[in-house]
Amino acid sequence: MDFSLDDDQRMLQETVQRLVERDYRFEQRRAYAAEAEGFSRALWARLAEIGLLGLAYDEADGGLGGSAVDVMLVMQALGRALPLEPLLPTAVLGAAALRGATPAQRARRVPSIAAGECVLAWAHDEAPQRGGLGAVACRAQREADGWVLDGHKPAVLHGDSADAFLLSARVDGGGLALFLVDAHTSGLGWQGWTTYDGRRAADLTLRSLYVNADGLIGRAGEAAPLIEAVQHAGIAALAAEAVGAMEGALQMTVEHLKTRVQFGAPLARQQALQHRAAEMLMAIEQSRSMAMYAALMLAERDAAERAKAMSAVKVQIGRAARFVAQQAVQLHGGIGVTEECAVGHVLKRVTVMEAEFGGVDEHLAAVARAGGFVRAAT
Amino acid sequence: MDLRFSEADQAFREEVRAFIAAELDPAVRRKLAEHRSLAKHEIVAWQRKLNTRRWATPSWPAEHGGPGWSAVQRYLFLDELHQAPAPEPLSFNVNMIGPVLIAFGTPEQQRRFLPRIANLDDWWAQGFSEPGAGSDLAALKTRAIRDGEHYVVTGQKMWQGMAQHADWMFTLVRTDASAKPQAGISMLLIDMRSPGVSVRPIVTLDGRHEVNEVFLDEVRVPADLRVGDENRGWDITKFLLGHERTGIARIGMTRRLIARAKALAADVPAGSGTLADDARFRERAAEIEIELQALQITQLRLLDAMRHGAHGPDARASILKVKGTELRQAASELLLQAAGTRAWRCADEFDEAAHADTTIAATYFTLRAASIYGGSNEVQKNILAKTMLGL
Repeated sequence: MDFSLDDDQRMLQETVQRLVERDYRFEQRRAYAAEAEGFSRALWARLAEIGLLGLAYDEADGGLGGSAVDVMLVMQALGRALPLEPLLPTAVLGAAALRGATPAQRARRVPSIAAGECVLAWAHDEAPQRGGLGAVACRAQREADGWVLDGHKPAVLHGDSADAFLLSARVDGGGLALFLVDAHTSGLGWQGWTTYDGRRAADLTLRSLYVNADGLIGRAGEAAPLIEAVQHAGIAALAAEAVGAMEGALQMTVEHLKTRVQFGAPLARQQALQHRAAEMLMAIEQSRSMAMYAALMLAERDAAERAKAMSAVKVQIGRAARFVAQQAVQLHGGIGVTEECAVGHVLKRVTVMEAEFGGVDEHLAAVARAGGFVRAAT
Repeated sequence: MDLRFSEADQAFREEVRAFIAAELDPAVRRKLAEHRSLAKHEIVAWQRKLNTRRWATPSWPAEHGGPGWSAVQRYLFLDELHQAPAPEPLSFNVNMIGPVLIAFGTPEQQRRFLPRIANLDDWWAQGFSEPGAGSDLAALKTRAIRDGEHYVVTGQKMWQGMAQHADWMFTLVRTDASAKPQAGISMLLIDMRSPGVSVRPIVTLDGRHEVNEVFLDEVRVPADLRVGDENRGWDITKFLLGHERTGIARIGMTRRLIARAKALAADVPAGSGTLADDARFRERAAEIEIELQALQITQLRLLDAMRHGAHGPDARASILKVKGTELRQAASELLLQAAGTRAWRCADEFDEAAHADTTIAATYFTLRAASIYGGSNEVQKNILAKTMLGL
C-alpha cells in the first residue's frame, strides 16, 4: 500500500500545473473557445511538445509508456482548466483502443498522434444513454479486402475537428468491430455543433463508407472487450479530470466566501456556509480516492471486477461532481449563474461528463446487478 | 502507487486472523455478529488474551508494553477485529488513559496503573462531559478545591460509557474558576469506590444501558492522582484529540451491517421473489457500498500519510468520522427497513434466548448516537472548514 509519487510523476504533475497557471487561465480559455475548432491549436501543439499526447502509448510504438497513474495526474492537473482540447479521445481512448491493434498499425499511427498531427474522436455510443454494448446499430459488411460501414453516430465529441475516428459497428453474426477511419474518407459525413460546455461535437453519418482491412482494429466480431477497456480508460481519466475541476470550484468558492462581505461580515463567518464548504471538501476527497482506485483498477485482469469498479467510480464521481459544482454556484450567489463567472463553467463541464460513458443511474444499476462489494452474511 | 499491502503486512494480517479464529469465544463472536451486547466478563477475558501477546495496547510504545507495530499493522489489526467480529480492546483504557499517562503521568503513576490498564484489571471510565458541557467541553463546571494533600471534587459528569463497570474515572475538573475556561482545568484520577461517588444509569433509545451519569459529592482525591500540572488539563484533551484515529471509519462494522441486511433480504418475500432480488433494495445497498469503497481508500491514504512521517493530528480524519458514521447509519437503516415488522419485537439486551431480529432496531437507534459522540459531525465540519479551508 503506497500512495506516494515518484520524482518523474511529481515533475509531470508540476509541468502540467505550470501550464495551467500560465496558459490556461479563465480568460485565456475564453479566447481558445472562440477559435474555429473550439480549442486552441497552439495549445494543442504545446500539449504534444511536453509529451502529453503520447503519454499513454507504448514506447515501442512511439509513445512515452506512461502509466495509468501518470494519466491520472495529468488529467487531474488539467481538469482545473476545464480543457477544451480533444485530449481524452486522442491521448487516452486512442491508447487504449490501439492496444488491440497490430504492431504495424500502431507503428503507423502512434507517432503522428503523439506529435499532435492526428486528432482522434471516439464514435461508439449511439443512444443518449450508454445502454451497454447492445446499443450499436451501425453495420459493417465484409467486402472483398475491406469493410463497408453504414449507420449514424450522434454526439461525437470533437467530431468536427478529428483527423480520424475510432468507430464501432456491428458485423454479420452480431459481434462488434472497431475501426480506425480517416476523417476524409468518402461516405463519412458529419454535421458539427457546439456543446453547452463550449466544446465542439458532431453527428456522423456513415453511407457505404469503405474501410480497407487495415482500418480494422483487432478481430471483427470480437471487439466488445476492447471497447469496454476503452470505456474504462475513459472513465478513469474523466474521474481524474473531474477531481481537478472540483478542486478549482472549491478554491474559487472558498476565496469568494472570504472576500464577499454581506450583513457587515465576510460570508466565511456563516456556519451554514462553512459546513457546505466542508461537505464539498469531503466529496472531493472521496472523489480523489475513487480516481486513484480507478487508475489502479484499470490493470485488474478480472473483467467483471474491473467493470464493477469502474461503474462504482462513475457513480461516486458523477454525484460528487454534481454536488460540488452546484454548491459552488449556490455559494457564489447571483454572480455564480452568470456567464462571466468561472464556477458556472465547472458546472457545465461536469454535467457533460456525467453523461459520458453512461450516467449515474445506469452505473448504479450495474453495481447492484453485480452484487455490490459486500456479500450476504452466512 | 499501489493499493496492495506488502507481503509482510499480509502475513501479519493472517497471523492476527489465525489468532482470533483460535482464541475468540465463538459465543462472543456470534453475539457481536448479531449486534448483541457483551457482558463485562466477556470483554475482560478477550482483552486479557490479547494482552498475553501485548496486542491489547497496539498504539503504546514498546517500553510501556506495546507491540511496537507500524501504523499499517495497527490498522490491519483493527480491521481484522472489525471483520471477525471481535471486541476491540477497551478504548477508555488503551486509547485514552494509557496514552495520557505515558505522555503526562509521573513514573509512579505509570508503574501503578499502566500494567493494570493493559490487562483490564482496572476498568476505566472517561469523566469529561457534563450536562452543560458536551461538544463545548471547556464549559465544564465540576470543581476541585485543594485541601492539603487532597482535592475535594464536587459536580456532575454525564455520558460515562460503561461506567457501571468502572473502577476508576479519569476526570476533568475546574481548579481555577477565575482563569479563562481552557486555562483552569486539571485532570484527576478518581477511584470509583471513593465516598461521594455515585453512578446513575441512563437508558438510551436503543433500550440499552451503556452510558451513565456520575455524581461527585465532595469526593476527596489524593493530590498525587492529578495527571500533569495543575490547570494544564486542556493540553491533555488536545493530546487526545490528536491521538491516532485510524479505526474511526469503522468500515468493517458497516460491511457487516450490509452483509446482514442482504442475508435478511434473501429471507423476506417481495413480489414473486425476495427483497434480495428487488432492484431498489440492491441499488440502495450498492450506494452505501460505493461510498464505503471510496472511504476505505481515503482511510488508506491517511494511513499512508502517517507512514510517511506526517506528524500531528490530520484534520482529514474528520472526514473519516463524518462519512464513517453516515454510512454506518445508512447501513443500519437499510437493515431496519429490510426487516420491516420483523424488527418490531423488543427484548432485554442480555436475553440470549431472544431472536436475533430483536437487535436490529436497537442497533439502528444505537447508531443515531454515532454522529453525536466523539465530537459531533457538526463539530467535525467546523474543524474541516477551519483547518483545511481556512474559513
